[in-house]
Amino acid sequence: MTELAYLIPLLQLLSFVMIVFFLRWKEKLASGFAISMILTAWVMSIWILIETLARNGAPYEVFFYLTSFASINFEIGILVDPLTAIMLIVVTTVGSCVQIYSLGYMHNDPRFSRFYAYLSLFLFSMLGLVLANNFFMIFIFWELVGLTSYLLIGFWFEKKVAADAGKKAFITTRIGDLGFIVGLLLIGVYAGTFNYAEVFDKVGSGMIPAGVVTAAAIFLFCGAVGKSAQFPLHVWLPDAMEGPTPVSALIHAATMVAAGVYLVARSMNVFVGSADASMVVAIIGITTSLLAASIALTQNDIKRVLAYSTVSQLGYMIMALGLYGYDTALGHHSPGYYAGTFHLMTHAFFKGLLFLGAGSVIHAVHTNDIQEMGGLLKKMPKTGWTFLIASASIAGFPLTAGFFSKDEIVATTLNHPVFYVLTVLIAFMTAFYMWRLCFLTFFGKPRDEHRYEHAHESPNVMTYPLIFLSVLAVVAGWVGIPGFPGISEFVYHGEPYHTHVDWVNICVATLVGLSGIFLAWLVYYRKAISADKLAAMAGPLYKGSLNKWYFDEIYQVILIRPVMAIARFMWSFDAKVVDGAVNGAGSLTMLWSDLKMWFDKWIIDGAVNGAGWLVRQGGNLLKFVQTGAVQFYALFVLTGIVALGFAKISGITWWPVLLLVFVTGAIMFGALVRRGTPAEETADAVEGEN
Amino acid sequence: MGILSSLIFIPLLGMIVVMLLPKDNKWAIRWTATVFSGIPMIQTAWLTWDYFFNYSGSAAMAYMEGPFAWVPSLNIEYFLGVDGISVPMLFLTGLLSCISIVASFNIQTRVKEYFAFFLLLEVGMMGVFVSLDFFLFYVFWEIMLVPMYFLIGIWGGPRKEYAAIKFFLYTLFGSIFMLVSILILYFTAEPHTLNILTLIQSGSTLPYTLQMVCFIFFFIAFAIKVPVWPFHTWLPDAHVEAPTAVSVILAGVLLKMGTYAMLRISWPMFPEALRSLSFWIAVLGVIGIIYGALVSLAQKDLKKLVAYSSVSHMGFCMLALAAVSSAQAIAGCMFQMISHGLITGALFLLVGVLYDRAHTREIAVFGGLGSKLPVYTGIMVFFSMAALGLPGMSGFISEFMIFIGAFGTLNKVLVGISVLGVVLGATYMLRMVQRVFLGPFDMAKWGGLTDINLREIIMVVPLMILTIWVGVYPKPLNELMSATLDNLINLMAR
Repeated sequence: MTELAYLIPLLQLLSFVMIVFFLRWKEKLASGFAISMILTAWVMSIWILIETLARNGAPYEVFFYLTSFASINFEIGILVDPLTAIMLIVVTTVGSCVQIYSLGYMHNDPRFSRFYAYLSLFLFSMLGLVLANNFFMIFIFWELVGLTSYLLIGFWFEKKVAADAGKKAFITTRIGDLGFIVGLLLIGVYAGTFNYAEVFDKVGSGMIPAGVVTAAAIFLFCGAVGKSAQFPLHVWLPDAMEGPTPVSALIHAATMVAAGVYLVARSMNVFVGSADASMVVAIIGITTSLLAASIALTQNDIKRVLAYSTVSQLGYMIMALGLYGYDTALGHHSPGYYAGTFHLMTHAFFKGLLFLGAGSVIHAVHTNDIQEMGGLLKKMPKTGWTFLIASASIAGFPLTAGFFSKDEIVATTLNHPVFYVLTVLIAFMTAFYMWRLCFLTFFGKPRDEHRYEHAHESPNVMTYPLIFLSVLAVVAGWVGIPGFPGISEFVYHGEPYHTHVDWVNICVATLVGLSGIFLAWLVYYRKAISADKLAAMAGPLYKGSLNKWYFDEIYQVILIRPVMAIARFMWSFDAKVVDGAVNGAGSLTMLWSDLKMWFDKWIIDGAVNGAGWLVRQGGNLLKFVQTGAVQFYALFVLTGIVALGFAKISGITWWPVLLLVFVTGAIMFGALVRRGTPAEETADAVEGEN
Repeated sequence: MGILSSLIFIPLLGMIVVMLLPKDNKWAIRWTATVFSGIPMIQTAWLTWDYFFNYSGSAAMAYMEGPFAWVPSLNIEYFLGVDGISVPMLFLTGLLSCISIVASFNIQTRVKEYFAFFLLLEVGMMGVFVSLDFFLFYVFWEIMLVPMYFLIGIWGGPRKEYAAIKFFLYTLFGSIFMLVSILILYFTAEPHTLNILTLIQSGSTLPYTLQMVCFIFFFIAFAIKVPVWPFHTWLPDAHVEAPTAVSVILAGVLLKMGTYAMLRISWPMFPEALRSLSFWIAVLGVIGIIYGALVSLAQKDLKKLVAYSSVSHMGFCMLALAAVSSAQAIAGCMFQMISHGLITGALFLLVGVLYDRAHTREIAVFGGLGSKLPVYTGIMVFFSMAALGLPGMSGFISEFMIFIGAFGTLNKVLVGISVLGVVLGATYMLRMVQRVFLGPFDMAKWGGLTDINLREIIMVVPLMILTIWVGVYPKPLNELMSATLDNLINLMAR
């Protein structure tokens, strides 16, 4: 079956293609086809897990070259190792539950078939991401996951908030992908390959400079920061809750956001090569976790509480992985890898369940606001009880799944006091806000009678997946019981994890969780402590938490507005300066040609016309010499001879002057002579004009 | 007559036939033009196929015709041939020409002249990609300007005269530099020749200063065509005013001529000059990427947005062309040229589809079209995703190749900055999608819009298929070009 693993994503692609081109008009057929495909994939995943167990976790890899550019090969392939096998189970299980659940939740939606098409496309991308055997391929599916997330968040795109949220999610995660791309470039250039095993070999054998490894690891992690909604790119996930609730359960709780954690886990060998990079990962993880938990304390939108809770839990996993990398780089043992991936699995089940439960509640009361709910346990027992089980699990109630995985995470931090304190604090906060949610929603008196009256339990297609997941939310953790056959070693990375029982640690973790639940019970069930008073006590902290620490507002001011301003400036720069230069050059040419035209008209042509004018005027003057009187001519000749003689004698050799004087004199004299004959002059003048 | 000559002369024949038809018979004119652009399309497809299987193993020119003496006293020859970089360009030209002619069926005024000019345009484009003689190359290069000038100037939008003249003069201005370079090459070669292949060999033996002069002159000529920042401002004007089909050709083929000519002529001819300028070429490329994307972000007009995105996308080509020693980058450049031709061509077609119905391209007046025009929206979102470089589509392969090639050979910070273009690309595309297609729908205003029709779907479907194909399975295209590109890289490494 493992050889057929490539079919798992391809079946989902088939479902997408079939629905888009053939089954779109038949809603039942479309959803049925999609569900049968994911169920098939689910069965195959279980089978593959069993086979992988039978192989003792030996990886199975098969690939073919897509193409090669110069020395770098680009390949498409699948890698099935324990981590993949577990992720396959997680994705297909939650995927199946969500698709069945959606039959009820999306009932009567005008784009019902399209919803299933998108879900199938998402599952194709996600499963491809999980199965990828190299960094290039994981990036391809990584981006496709981003696309489908965009489509699904904005599924009800007529709502402006939904469309905005989709865009925000895509662009924010793309900012992280920027780093991912640079990381890929570093890997491609320095390792010359993208294949996981080959890259890890090169990192492990020290063939890549340490600085480059650190840089590559941090840049890769940027991708995870975007996808797994880590600080400072966490802002998209709460907004993404505008999508249909099954989408939130599938994508924004169990699978896509887990992809970032998966990426870090998958490329752990790169992180192990750099203690610094791993420390960055751990610090980002714990910061995110604390930040998100602090916001979740005060939110009133049921889905947003869950969203921040998701961010917080993802931060947990990231921190555990980071600490693992750090400890291992320094040569210490650490359960972090196991803890992170284990929590990834259990979290997927109970958080998926929480979201689906929230969807069921919203379906019944038509509001997201928990202040308008209350006492719903009686009205919708199946939803309520499963929700409580999941909440117990996330709070770390003994023997639930969350109990085991969270315990491992706390154990990871044992050697790092600051991390330890914060982790325990976050565990307490988690228990508190989750049970605050539970008490406000399912217990007490209904705060909105009208909504309460109309509330009803959801249909079976919606509650059965809840029940199924609630079982997993408990038993999925049992594989982590120390000494339980195999699994802890199975997922574990590298050397086997010491599986002794640390009772102190267990007691601390349990107590913290229980006390969180207890405090929530005091405040929101018994009302022994007033919530308002608590809020007043916290003062600015409460306000900050309620307003999500103003991240959106800050980004608006320092990022979005400046970018838009720069864009507008560039645009006017382009129109005025760059294009202005072009048009200016054009205008200058026109001006130049105008000047040339003026020059041509008045100087060049002016010279020609001027010459003509001169000749004519000269002619006009000379005509005065033509008196027709013989005496005048004789005088003229005589004067000439005298003048020549004078010149000869006096030695004046400047003829032109002489000639000029002579001619002027002759003209003037001629004119004087002609004055006597006015009639003749007029006739001559007329002739001259012609 | 060989196949390459027929690629030039069949559209020419088509032009003559169209001119002989009665001008009132629009049906006959349209279909004649379609047939005479359809034949070259099939020929180029066959050529690509045949080249791939029979010639792609070596870098030598295939299907050579000539050199036949044309003007013997000046050593001007009729000399045609293709290799791995011209074959894909020919294919793109054949395909987009035919699609554009089909897209022009809604032209109602002066139909006969329109299609005649269009076929003449195709003659010029085909000619540029098959010429191996400088004179011939120059003639075809200039021939294109004439029909383009009239196509924009007669059938364009409100500022058509301005845009047409700007386009014409700007390109002509660049051509003068090219002509000077060609003359320098002609007179320094012994014996005097205009044979491009010979000159590639002898060009590199010129003195360094002369190489620089020729290289820069060629660069100006080609950079205007690409267009490289800051020579790009004719492009948005020409695109906005041009009719849809002309925009498609402009973006899909004409811009590629700049980068094609660089790869064909100036890059291998003056490797020394290239190496000393490559950093600055990369800087221009990166400025183009970021600048084009930012300006796109500020656009209010759909077509202008796509036009500026072209500036950004062609910036990637320039970045790749600066990384001369990297096989990935040069291959990435070719991929980007093809991919941009497919994607941006399709985007212009689609903007035209909307414009035909709504008679406006202003982004702000739309909203929520997704619920009224689902198929159109789906296709538009598809190409928007392709344009922003989503994996699985051709744009991703090319951008990734370029990044990896440039990262290995150029300044890493510079390339790192260019990666920002990926985020900006997503931003302007998604902003556009959101404001036009998502959100509430104004039934009173746009209730009369109809979804994309069959003719329009048929135009874009081939582009969709190719975009996916190149994106998912780039191997054939890569293999088709690799021998030629390897040879080019060797030439540039001299």
